[in-house]
Amino acid sequence: MEREAINKSPWKLFWNRFLKNKLALGGSVIIIALFVVSAFAPLIAPYDPGEYDIKKILYPPDKNHIMGTDEIGRDVFSRIIWGARVSLLVGFVAVGIATAIGIILGSLAGYYGGGVDSFIMRFVDIMLCFPTFFLILAVIAFWEPSIWKIMLVIGITGWMGVTRLVRAEFLTLKERDFVQAARIVGGKDLRIIFRHILPNSLAPVLVNATLGISGAILTESALSFLGIGIQPPDPSWGNMLTAGKDTLEIAWWLSFFPGFAIFITVMGYNMLGEGIRDAIDPRLRQ
Amino acid sequence: MATYIFKRLFTMVPLFFGITIVSFLVIHLAPGSPISIQSDLNPKMTAEARERLRTFYGLDKPLPIQYCNWLKHLITLDLGRSFSTDNRLVIHKIKDALPITILINILALLLIMIVAIPLGVLSAVHQDSLFDRSATVFVFIGFALPTFWLALLLMILFGVYLDWLPISGLKSINYDCLGPFGQIKDRVFHLLMPVLVSAFGGLAGLSRYSRSNMLEVVRQDYITTARAKGLPESKVVYKHALRNALLPVVTILGLSIPGLIGGSVIFETIYAIPGMGQLFYAGVMMRDYPVIMGILVIGAVLTMFGNLLADISYALVDPRIRMG
Repeated sequence: MEREAINKSPWKLFWNRFLKNKLALGGSVIIIALFVVSAFAPLIAPYDPGEYDIKKILYPPDKNHIMGTDEIGRDVFSRIIWGARVSLLVGFVAVGIATAIGIILGSLAGYYGGGVDSFIMRFVDIMLCFPTFFLILAVIAFWEPSIWKIMLVIGITGWMGVTRLVRAEFLTLKERDFVQAARIVGGKDLRIIFRHILPNSLAPVLVNATLGISGAILTESALSFLGIGIQPPDPSWGNMLTAGKDTLEIAWWLSFFPGFAIFITVMGYNMLGEGIRDAIDPRLRQ
Repeated sequence: MATYIFKRLFTMVPLFFGITIVSFLVIHLAPGSPISIQSDLNPKMTAEARERLRTFYGLDKPLPIQYCNWLKHLITLDLGRSFSTDNRLVIHKIKDALPITILINILALLLIMIVAIPLGVLSAVHQDSLFDRSATVFVFIGFALPTFWLALLLMILFGVYLDWLPISGLKSINYDCLGPFGQIKDRVFHLLMPVLVSAFGGLAGLSRYSRSNMLEVVRQDYITTARAKGLPESKVVYKHALRNALLPVVTILGLSIPGLIGGSVIFETIYAIPGMGQLFYAGVMMRDYPVIMGILVIGAVLTMFGNLLADISYALVDPRIRMG
């Protein structure tokens, strides 16, 4: 086993562990299914998500509409399928923004230390004092909500954790031999940061990002639920739940299915993230 | 100990200024000025009336001066008057709403502690057993469950179909007619679902955290020593391991305060509870700037104090921190 570990590259080792990890596999299955569904939405959805018929409002699930119809007669199942696109997009872009900011700030803080580090970490502490959701609400409500603005705001309020992670990695890696070697040969700071240290610090960032995607999806759903996210008639699982709330007593399917979709998606990303974490360093597994 | 507290209080001052600066910038950099909701849709508003309004609110002065003015008011707890139709002092509106949110959050924290800690500890002690595995599944579900979905499902199940619990507000319409027992029961019933919903996510987090802490502690040398001494296993676990594992739990509770405050928006809106969350949401919808700024600052300050409390309790509980 030792000899195998020495001869195989870290990537191969990681993959082996990943493929054996039940969490990672389960999560991947869910996420892949999600991608397939949203990519082929026009083919899979039986109805057009905007097509409504007020003669068919609030039908319970039956053989024509397997998840029932909503308050103006649109097919819930089709809207859920199209809503998957929104959730996936928001998840990725928002976390992409947050991770990018976090990597930049974290590497600067970790590499240069001193005043730069203090300033950045102070800023992180300040931002962490705000209940994130309040901050997002305040910013989004002043700015007419659109999907891009939502992604931007979720990203701008979510970079703090990544920054701390990257900074911690940089602080340890900074003293390693390969960094000293790069310095001795005359490598410029920026190059050392991006070409040498950063690639080695990305493992925990990957875990954090995957778990962050599920957080971003939950946040976007909450915003849409409160009416300041994706606006109807565009389908978002969150804004479908708003209608669910209003028809609570007579249409349970409007509340159940969109929420279940969110639940499964978030579960999938969480499982994937945990699986990656276990696969990266099995010694951490308890 | 006192020096530790003083040092921490000292670092809070720049933090406070940072919070006020960020709050101020967030509001004032957003498009649309504070008075636009009063002026833009009013056809009778002349240009000169608009200018007078701007001067009245001090909006024509440069930003730094506006910030200093606002800060001066803030220190004296003068958060201005609400822009909404009732025009009450913001501080009064917050004073009405805050206790309710705090009550629900404290109850939620208690619930979290009572359920999550035993759950986590027992999972660790019986690692990989059926109990542990089911608890882990439960935790995963708890992390993934959207709170508003849970709230809706609970309302459908307990409010509509089973009719066991009321689905909105803090008390029934006939509250005043009920006897003292009836009143208490009424309040409890109204609070049951909001507290449960508020606690659910935190429950998952804390139980996972307690479990991993306990697992770490159980591997320590002093536990092996205790066992080698011949102490019964229950004493080893519940007297020695438990205390050490619980230390960081205090910190986690302090750190979950911003999450609880932020999450209050959702369940307060769903269950129609007049707390801080709903106040903030209503303020945001109406562009009620004074209320929004006031709650942002107060929320952040509460968080700051929550962190301070967590740090102090951790120092109290773990003498190693105090000694430096």
